[in-house]
Amino acid sequence: MDTTQFERISKTAWKIRPSGRMRVPAIIHADESLISDMDDKVREQLVNVTTLPGIVGAAHAMPDAHWGYGFPIGGVAAFDPADNGVISAGGVGFDISCGVRTHLTGLKVADIGQVRTKIADALYHHVPVGIGSTGKIQLNDTQMTAMLEGGALWALNRGYGEKQDLEFIEEGGRIAGARPETVSERARKRQSREMGTLGSGNHYLEIQEVAEIHDAAAARAFGLVQGQCVLTIHCGSRGLGHQIGTEFLREMAISAPDHGIKLPDRELACAPINSDVGQRYIGAMRSAINCAMANRQIIGHLAREVFRRFWPGIRLPLMFDVSHNTCKLETHQVNGRARDVYVHRKGATRSLGPGHPSLPQAYSRIGQPVLIGGSMGTESWVLTGMPTSETAAFSSACHGAGRRMSRNQARKTWQGRQVIDDLADRGITIRSPSHRGVAEEAPGAYKDVAEVVEVAERAGLAKKVARLVPVVCIKG
Amino acid sequence: MTAITHTPDATQPAPTGGRWEHFPHVADIGVRGFGPTMGSAFEQAAMAMTAAVTDPDAIEPITTMEINCQAPNAELLLVDWLNAILYEMATAKMLFGRFSVQIRGDTLNGRISGEAIDVERHAPATEVKGATYSELEVVQEPDGQWRAQCIVDV
Repeated sequence: MDTTQFERISKTAWKIRPSGRMRVPAIIHADESLISDMDDKVREQLVNVTTLPGIVGAAHAMPDAHWGYGFPIGGVAAFDPADNGVISAGGVGFDISCGVRTHLTGLKVADIGQVRTKIADALYHHVPVGIGSTGKIQLNDTQMTAMLEGGALWALNRGYGEKQDLEFIEEGGRIAGARPETVSERARKRQSREMGTLGSGNHYLEIQEVAEIHDAAAARAFGLVQGQCVLTIHCGSRGLGHQIGTEFLREMAISAPDHGIKLPDRELACAPINSDVGQRYIGAMRSAINCAMANRQIIGHLAREVFRRFWPGIRLPLMFDVSHNTCKLETHQVNGRARDVYVHRKGATRSLGPGHPSLPQAYSRIGQPVLIGGSMGTESWVLTGMPTSETAAFSSACHGAGRRMSRNQARKTWQGRQVIDDLADRGITIRSPSHRGVAEEAPGAYKDVAEVVEVAERAGLAKKVARLVPVVCIKG
Repeated sequence: MTAITHTPDATQPAPTGGRWEHFPHVADIGVRGFGPTMGSAFEQAAMAMTAAVTDPDAIEPITTMEINCQAPNAELLLVDWLNAILYEMATAKMLFGRFSVQIRGDTLNGRISGEAIDVERHAPATEVKGATYSELEVVQEPDGQWRAQCIVDV
């Protein structure tokens, strides 16, 4: 990216002052190397976001930001309903409440090593993965409504998971204010056979080794021990979220002129928070957030069932479950004043610092775990919110490495079979329904996540706690 | 809004010529169709979307469905058409490899043929979550050829 339009305000922050239709500054959190690698589209898309009504503070891009649709991926923006602020279906995206969930296993790599291929096969067969897969749970309309209201709590009441899990899920596993009546029949139908399915693309279930500890106190609080394995799930609200996103994007794109909103890009489709369509979208999006949390709760349960075949009685306590495609009503300090704002995080993770009232008690002195997903072969990270996270970017941090190569380019560069064999040589077992999918998700197609988290820490967004490396990866 | 009717007895769609391609986007995929008419460009864009998932030639045209959409402009009509196909793929657990489209005014009548997903044979690479308004264009080029394109989220 050409940085001449930016003012460098710190070693890790680049700012564009408001001009033209911009209402607030645009800030990219990156060092020289990361920002120079970013596409110019990130700047263009972030500047577009600053023109939306009711935006407060600044529009932020995280260190892993890349060219998205509407918002950049890694974009964070907050809107004040009292100032005609908007909510944007494009600012949340199609995969509403896509997120990462990590369970502790207490097992060493050697324990996994003894059964590595057997447990990989068992997980692959027990957790529905990939296109066309269906879950065992089929919901009728009444059950669907209960799920959309109840989230992970609904799943728990159906026998999926353990009561202790809920404290370690954002919003206690159930976000208030869901309005299932705003979720269309088509969205419900699209979800009716998809509960407890992992999905496809960059979604995965992995057994990972804790390879390095960077913050001993935080690791102790989170239960992370070097040399032990964790189980991590990356997926979202499945077809329900995709359909809600599709329908509200369309409605908001068409109705924007009626609300006096001039969209710089149709994909930024939005509506005033205090409008009928805005309120219906919030109710539907929260239903999708509950769906995603229920979905990950079920998959966590399915994974536990598999582990218990190998190690009877093993608990797999939940370390944390956090989303990275959401819009949430939160209180933030804006220009020295506490304001209730709707924070859009598209490909960005909430990162609450120590002492925040929403934290589980066990983490209150540490901060919120920020789970950074890798992709087969590439490492993942656990970070934690910092005292500086709030002022840096509405308590937000990065969510992954981001691609450096398109799927087509990756497919031309690698063969899926070869990628699987190469990873096997490195001690990583892959199971996937598609060799082509594996080639498209090859580790080399992604940026170096270590650089991203290093900058996230230096920028005061989130602090490094542990580096995780894959042992077994089930790829959708 | 889009309306869908299933007509399993409908005759298979006969595409009206044209070609498709993917255009680069780092995280997602651009789908682009070209054809002598707007309808044929839409058919080819649908082919490009299917090709993001699997080889369209490997899909047997066993079942045919009808798709009808109405939208205030050609761009929204393209997004509606692609999203209607995604909806059928997701709910019927099918893949589609043949498309035919008739566009009159603001209305699209389409037929799509395909078969149930066979994971072994189709090895679907990724799931398309939705057609977006990014890089969305439906235009007639100076040479008379139509181009229909957008980014799809995968």
